[in-house]
Amino acid sequence: MTEGHAYNFAYLDEQTKRMIRRAILKGIAIPGYQVPFASREMPMPYGWGTGGVQVTAACLVPEDRLKVIDQGADDTTNAVSIRKFFQRTAGVEVTEHTCDASVIQTRHRIPEATLIPGQILVYQVPIPEPLRFLEPRETETRKMHELEEYGLMHVKLYEDIARHGQIATSYAYPVKVEGRYVMDPSPIPKFDNPKLSGSAAIQLFGAGREQRIYALPPYTEVVSLDFDDHPFQPTKAPHACDLCGAGESYLDEVITDDVGTRMFVCSDTDFCVVRREAGHEGRLAHQSAHEVMA
Amino acid sequence: MYVAVKGGERAIDNAHAWLAEERRGDRSVADLTLSQIRQQLKLAVNRVMAEGSLYDPDLAALAIKQARGDLIEAIFLIRAYRTTLPRLGASLPINTAEMVLDRRISATFKDVPGGQVLGPTFDYTHRLLDFKLAAEGEVPAAPRAPVTPGPVPHVTGLLDRDGLIEAAPHDNTPPPDLTRDPLELPADRALRLQAITRGDEGFVLSMAYSTQRGYGRTHAFVGELRIGVLAVELELTELGFAVEIGEIEVTECETVNQFKGSRTEPAQFTRGYGLVFGQSERKAIAMSLVDRALRWKELGEEDSGAPAQDEEFVLYHCDNVQATGFLEHIKLPHYVDFQSELELVRRLRAEANPLKEAAE
Repeated sequence: MTEGHAYNFAYLDEQTKRMIRRAILKGIAIPGYQVPFASREMPMPYGWGTGGVQVTAACLVPEDRLKVIDQGADDTTNAVSIRKFFQRTAGVEVTEHTCDASVIQTRHRIPEATLIPGQILVYQVPIPEPLRFLEPRETETRKMHELEEYGLMHVKLYEDIARHGQIATSYAYPVKVEGRYVMDPSPIPKFDNPKLSGSAAIQLFGAGREQRIYALPPYTEVVSLDFDDHPFQPTKAPHACDLCGAGESYLDEVITDDVGTRMFVCSDTDFCVVRREAGHEGRLAHQSAHEVMA
Repeated sequence: MYVAVKGGERAIDNAHAWLAEERRGDRSVADLTLSQIRQQLKLAVNRVMAEGSLYDPDLAALAIKQARGDLIEAIFLIRAYRTTLPRLGASLPINTAEMVLDRRISATFKDVPGGQVLGPTFDYTHRLLDFKLAAEGEVPAAPRAPVTPGPVPHVTGLLDRDGLIEAAPHDNTPPPDLTRDPLELPADRALRLQAITRGDEGFVLSMAYSTQRGYGRTHAFVGELRIGVLAVELELTELGFAVEIGEIEVTECETVNQFKGSRTEPAQFTRGYGLVFGQSERKAIAMSLVDRALRWKELGEEDSGAPAQDEEFVLYHCDNVQATGFLEHIKLPHYVDFQSELELVRRLRAEANPLKEAAE
């Protein structure tokens, strides 16, 4: 790719953006419904966030401030690559602070900080169809959504309980939106599922390769599928962050030597940094400070 | 250590610089020129144009150079460029009977009006390494013959005159555009052909091969395979007539397939069709076999459950840009999801262990 000015603002031409915005509006009007859209080839590979990138490109205006995270972190390679792409093609301001961002593109996480009205959270989605691994045919799964025929999903969850004593799905945990559509929340850990519901932000989901967009308007009710006697339980590693001491954030496990020593750190790097700046300290706060600086 | 996940930005820049250096290779060896690639690696250029769905040999050569000869990467570069181009209009349908032929063969008749022209084919070469090429020897000029005067009628047209092959009535319905509308199923034949012609050569080849080996058998004969150059015309509404905007080389394959007839149709031959940019005959033949296999419903044939008969399976998986992107994305960090799986497995093991002890 050459210079940003050789391309339209935010890369996509205005016709394409209009087409995507129409799909987004339709998605917002029918929460949880997968809207087909004519996904374009983007200058990054399918499966690397092309759906999210197209949705972000269609939403961005020059005044926006963009945050891009992958695995909760701003500095993972693909997040860096996508952030650079929009800096180059849209020239928008970027930030690592969740609270300062107007648009946040994410892969696999919902930020720990509560989102506020006016913010847009854009999810990258690999397989938008929650029923896909139960029924491989798109023609069939679309029919199942039309007829609200979700028995197969409940059978799957039931079989999990019968076999393992609990529902053995730990990420991309299916949800029901406003009592109607069963939706794939993208491969976020199920720890993040409760944050989907009643959020003040607009949540948009883009699946480029599969050519689908879906959405959750603000304050939408999103319920993780479960049974009365086996209620949904968000889970995380039973530790506190070794850097900031947070007990309520989702943690990454980092192997620190070859004899199995581990540390646990916040997956949301901004959340962790803000806490440490406010003086919170975890078990290894001092020990690892110089390593982080190095 | 924890620091390992930091510094993504610098790592990416350095990786790109290293890649550029690797692409160039040893600087004491002359840099490849685009015209060398275009002239001497023409079949690679053809494949990139066909699967990139953009007829531009210079850009395809550039993509091959930039991709270090990785053709799927080159196809991806072309696709990503193509998608940014404005659509000025649609060209008129090409008439392949008017093609200036480089090659034209029929496997169904010993001789046909217009003749059999072998053209520049590997077919009857012995696959022996030619060490003269390594010694940079020049090749003598090939003997020349006058251009076959056209138009040359299609072989299937000869069968059609006697009603021996299914009719292919003219249809002026504008074809759907796979690149401007999302793929929705069931797809009509025009859309299927569009998807397959830009589909991965290896995938389409294997699908076609599977029908030959009995997975959705369609008994194909190559009625005709022709390769040549055609003018592309665009109707200019301001002028009220069509003007020639360029030439393209295409490969067209029409297969003739056995059809025993059904309750409503008498026995006759049926058609499979392939059309691909450039000299790409393996792809064109494969395309025509897969096209024919996918037509089972329309022809009232039985669904044998073969992959090549399954429109959803073929159309959703033939695109190598989609496939390679999704396949390779598993290189990206997945540690959040892996962490949740790790905890799940630990929890399941913790719960299973007391049970095991109790059983013992």
